[in-house]
Amino acid sequence: MTATTVPENPPSQTGFFLLGMRGIFSLPAVILMLSFVGFAAFTAEAEIPVGQVIFMTGMVWALPAKVILVGSMISGAHLATAFLAVTLSSVRMMPMVAALVPELRTRDTPTWLLLVLSHFIAVTAWVFAMERMHAVPQAGRVAFFAGFGITLTAVNTVLVGLAYGAVSTFPPLVSGCLFFLTPVYLLSSIGVSARHRVVHWGLGAGLVLGGVFAAVAPEYDILLAGLVGGTLAWWGERTMRARGERKG
Amino acid sequence: MSLDGLWPYLFIAVAGWLATDIWRWLGVLAGNRVDENASLINWVRAVATALVAAVIARMILFPTGALESSPLWLRLAAILFGAACFFLAGRRQIAGIAGAIAFLAAGLALIGT
Repeated sequence: MTATTVPENPPSQTGFFLLGMRGIFSLPAVILMLSFVGFAAFTAEAEIPVGQVIFMTGMVWALPAKVILVGSMISGAHLATAFLAVTLSSVRMMPMVAALVPELRTRDTPTWLLLVLSHFIAVTAWVFAMERMHAVPQAGRVAFFAGFGITLTAVNTVLVGLAYGAVSTFPPLVSGCLFFLTPVYLLSSIGVSARHRVVHWGLGAGLVLGGVFAAVAPEYDILLAGLVGGTLAWWGERTMRARGERKG
Repeated sequence: MSLDGLWPYLFIAVAGWLATDIWRWLGVLAGNRVDENASLINWVRAVATALVAAVIARMILFPTGALESSPLWLRLAAILFGAACFFLAGRRQIAGIAGAIAFLAAGLALIGT
């Protein structure tokens, strides 16, 4: 017979899961939900069917990756071009996940569980977990993160479906403002999270070249602006740093 | 569902889900072995930011739907106003978002679009 002990104190795994779920009422979660209403407006205006929008919200989850994906779909990009653009933007997930996992796991945490839970990691959940993880005992951290990450993804997936239908009934002023939420959210997210100078350079180069390539080569604009602008920013920042080190 | 109906979902699964989740999985498997300051990571950081910035630029310069007929100067001014609010409030995200959207809403109402 297996002993199904339910430890009441300290809090059970369910208790930690519920504690994580409560994070849905935090300011970062509310800002993200607002942005998903904006994403629903963006996709509705782009006439992407609602089923596909709900599907990608649950499956891709990271908002920048989804916006790049939708941008590729609108411009009629080839599958390989879209894959490349999205995957280049998602490489940043690797160091994020790699930094979070040692904080989460105990010796007994199975790797498959971490692989499954890693799907729920995107900027908001990552920042939330990195900030609040230390207040949670090691044994409860996986459950705590699962509670927050799964809830945040599930709520936003439902929210996108509901908001999508509502957008068409709104007056143009309201749907225009909702559409505008997506670029404003992405821009402010970069502003908040940039810890390296190279990110600011990449932002500037991408904004300028994104505008140029959208007018010149709309089918490849995102990929071109990302690769060319990002490489220029990286090279420029590195050259400047090397020069500064030589002087100083 | 017909093949034509399935294709977009396949497109999303490959170019969206797979393109993103492989990096999450690799992050789990790599653990602590990722060097935060390696030159390659820095390049990735710059390219990823530039990709998102390119989409932002396109959404502001060439919006679809309700904003398509709005004046470009209004959209740019809303972004600048939002950025000013963001920095004046001590880099608070919610201030930047609220400022930009409020400016755009006021502008659209005044113009009467």
